[in-house]
Amino acid sequence: MRDLVTLTSVVQVVYLLAALLFIASLAGLSKQETARRGNVLGMVGMALALVATVVLALDTSQRPKWLTGALILAVLAIGATLGMQRARKVEMTQMPELIAMLHSFVGAAAVLVGFNSYLTEPHETLHLIEVGLGVLIGAVTFTGSIIAYLKLSARMKSTPLTLPGRNLLNLAALIVSVGLIVWLVVAPSLLPLVLLTVVSLALGLHLVAAIGGGDMPVVVSMLNSYSGWAAAMAGFMLGNDLLIVTGALVGSSGAILSYLMCKAMNRKFISVILGGFGTEGGKVAAAVEGEYRSVTAAEVAEMLTQARRVVIAPGYGMAVAKAQYPVADLVTRLRARGIQVRFAVHPVAGRLPGHMNVLLAEARVPYDIVLEMDEINDDFDDTDVVLVIGANDTVNPAAQEDPGSPIAGMPVLHVWKASQVVVFKRSMATGYAGVPNPLFYRENAAMLFGDAKVQVEAIIAEL
Amino acid sequence: MLIGIPKESRPGERLVAGTPKTVAQLVKLGYEIAVEAGAGLGASFPDAAYVAAGARIGTSAEVWASDVVTAVNAPTDDEVAAMTPGATLVATLAPFSQQALVERLAAAGVTALALDAVPRISRAQALDVLSTMSNVAGYRAVIEAAEEYGGMFTGQVTAAGKTMPATVFVIGAGVAGLAAIGAAASLGAQVRAFDVRPEVGEQIESMGATFVQAATAQQEVSSDGYARELTDEQARLTEVMYAQETAKADIVITTALVRGKGVRTISAEMVAAMKPGSVIVDLAATGGGNCELTVVGEKIVTDNGVIIVGYTDLTSRMPQHTSQLFGTNVVNLVKLVTPAKDGVFTLDLDDQVQRGMTVAKGGEVLWPPPPVHVSAAPAPAGPQVPVDPRTPEQRAADEAAAAVLKGRRRLVGAALGAVLVALALSASPPAFLMHFTVFALAVIIGYYVISNVTHALHTPLMAQTNAISGIIVVGALLQIGNDNLAVTVLAVIAAAVASINVFGGFLVTYRMLGMFRKDA
Repeated sequence: MRDLVTLTSVVQVVYLLAALLFIASLAGLSKQETARRGNVLGMVGMALALVATVVLALDTSQRPKWLTGALILAVLAIGATLGMQRARKVEMTQMPELIAMLHSFVGAAAVLVGFNSYLTEPHETLHLIEVGLGVLIGAVTFTGSIIAYLKLSARMKSTPLTLPGRNLLNLAALIVSVGLIVWLVVAPSLLPLVLLTVVSLALGLHLVAAIGGGDMPVVVSMLNSYSGWAAAMAGFMLGNDLLIVTGALVGSSGAILSYLMCKAMNRKFISVILGGFGTEGGKVAAAVEGEYRSVTAAEVAEMLTQARRVVIAPGYGMAVAKAQYPVADLVTRLRARGIQVRFAVHPVAGRLPGHMNVLLAEARVPYDIVLEMDEINDDFDDTDVVLVIGANDTVNPAAQEDPGSPIAGMPVLHVWKASQVVVFKRSMATGYAGVPNPLFYRENAAMLFGDAKVQVEAIIAEL
Repeated sequence: MLIGIPKESRPGERLVAGTPKTVAQLVKLGYEIAVEAGAGLGASFPDAAYVAAGARIGTSAEVWASDVVTAVNAPTDDEVAAMTPGATLVATLAPFSQQALVERLAAAGVTALALDAVPRISRAQALDVLSTMSNVAGYRAVIEAAEEYGGMFTGQVTAAGKTMPATVFVIGAGVAGLAAIGAAASLGAQVRAFDVRPEVGEQIESMGATFVQAATAQQEVSSDGYARELTDEQARLTEVMYAQETAKADIVITTALVRGKGVRTISAEMVAAMKPGSVIVDLAATGGGNCELTVVGEKIVTDNGVIIVGYTDLTSRMPQHTSQLFGTNVVNLVKLVTPAKDGVFTLDLDDQVQRGMTVAKGGEVLWPPPPVHVSAAPAPAGPQVPVDPRTPEQRAADEAAAAVLKGRRRLVGAALGAVLVALALSASPPAFLMHFTVFALAVIIGYYVISNVTHALHTPLMAQTNAISGIIVVGALLQIGNDNLAVTVLAVIAAAVASINVFGGFLVTYRMLGMFRKDA
């Protein structure tokens, strides 16, 4: 008995349990009703995995057990303090930044674990390849996420960086990386590994720098996927199935999210990743010109009180202006008057998949009046007033009507079919895609200029 | 400056160009207002109400001598004579048909702005009295029809049996037509409507009517936003459709005015084929009428018992609201020409809208204005798409064949790749194969588990997967105990950043999920 039940086998069983819990956790997160349970299941799985790992780490420690134990304790304490502090304080509008930052941590950890694995384990061919790939993916995730973080937190301009021959640069970086991995396998030493790390870091930087702010939902979910693959590679190097399973789960989940985002923008994944939006194909949008009409908050309030069905289409601008609270207040007031109010959320509204939903939930808007594009697109015909708050490209009729437009074919919210559309906007500038929006010049559209938050508050005051 | 609001001299006119409410708005713009005694009585606005709003009451002569005079109807010769040279007149002037009046106004040195000659562009809508008047007239037309019609609009099922809803046929879906459709539909009638512009079909349906189309009769939007007259062939087909529809209808409301002129839509034969007791309301009576038998300004009953209403004062029959809306149009114009809100009427002829309305200034006739192009009309000759010599069927077949070929190529590629990977895997050690099996299965599980996630939960999902991918901490923790110092240091750093991820990710997901709530 004593020989059969070893510590390692117990730990393996616990790992299996943790892996199952993670799967259940992600499955739970697919629906509102089970989402919280899913979250807790994930926590339990992680707690089990950590406890088992700590026990195993102490058992296999080559240093004094107390030292290893103290180090582990300290590390976890640091991680818990910093992580929980960030998580508690972060504003929902900054969620994309936080998530991008967290991705970079996984990337960094993957690189470090890769180095360690190289230093501690025998240099077999397969293992070296695993280390090389792990470091490559980890490093790209690390710098890519940092750039994404900087762009999302507006510490860096979100316009795409378009170096001449940028695709060739990326390709060259990849070829060099493969060459370095071969070098590493043939003549194992730290030099090719360090060079590989440097090249991969540069690749990550350039890859994300070339992608503009509006494509960030794709980038963030792509980096999410990468961080999963990095963890899976670490699992291969360490021969740890829990890491492999978890990494694969996260990797495929991120990949699916990226795919969904691309579909929502009618773009090919590869062209998003290659960056430099709007420069390919040489398509030119039909110039839009005409007269637009501007309205005041008082007039919008009047319009709203006379409406029976109102739809609000929020976009990134609502997040920037932090207008979700006054918007929620407005919704509550309108609903109290018996006016039907719903939200129409485009899949790529915001800078993160589902970003708008989180902001609205934060402001305590019930989730069952927040609808997806496909659920609400047919209802715009019967809608009296649509408020477009900080959205632009996602409500652009040119996507449907102008085959020459760079966003042609992208599914958009058909707001222009409503009787009246009020567009909250800071100025007449174009959206992220740089595509003029003929919506603004439609007869049934009116512009409400100014900061979204201030304007919504003004409307509430007028009600 | 002083704005004068005279009492309308047209017999039976009950409208007034300003109400106490709009007067108050004009006062806010910095103007003084003089209202002729009794001007608002027809619309139930007593003089006292105007005084309360900040106007003073004056005689006809005083009011007509103001700097700016705003009236509903075109002025008589005496009234023009009463104006001071250099003064401004704002009124409905029908410049397209009243050339003589425009010349007289020019000769009198008056600056004349025609409220019914506003260019049809979005920005100018707020001052377009044609829209205002048409809207009211369309509504009133239904009310008049209901008065004359011997039945109910809505269908009813009662203990005493059932009645069918009235069938209303509306010709022309301009502002008046759409208003009529809306009013008739809300009374419960079955509404059918036609317009020569096929693109308004959507609007017709949005108001609750069925869009009737004549076979292949089509017309393009003219570049100035008004409907054009029809070609012969189109006209014939349309006529056939009119005959069918009017014969079925209980009520016909016809609104076809092109530049103030009524177009013949309903012939005497069509009327003869209509049911006794059915009603025609001719909204184009002001322009001579759409129906051949319409008597302008009157209601007649034909030999076969069809009632034809040709009133020209429909707007005047709802004087309160019409005056209010008209007055608001005037206020919007005054706003446009008083950008400084200082009570100084400054006309800017470089502005499209103001230029379009100005028919006379400084002794010169400025009508007609240079053409305005509506931005919504598509550019006539865009770059042509290269012509494909194949028929659509051929093209579809070619494309399908190409797709099949592409699919096959992909399949072959995938198969080759799979063979290569399989070969590479067979050459690798068994331990790696075990791990790879786990990896492949986990990817598939991940795919199925995540595919059903609702869009709303994408952000929490991402935060959660983030936390879970912090599992890499496990690898780092196991390396901490290594006796190589460098390894320990790197492992400590790796474990620290990864655990930030674990704790932060889970907590932030928890926080987010706590915010989602269902509508109680």
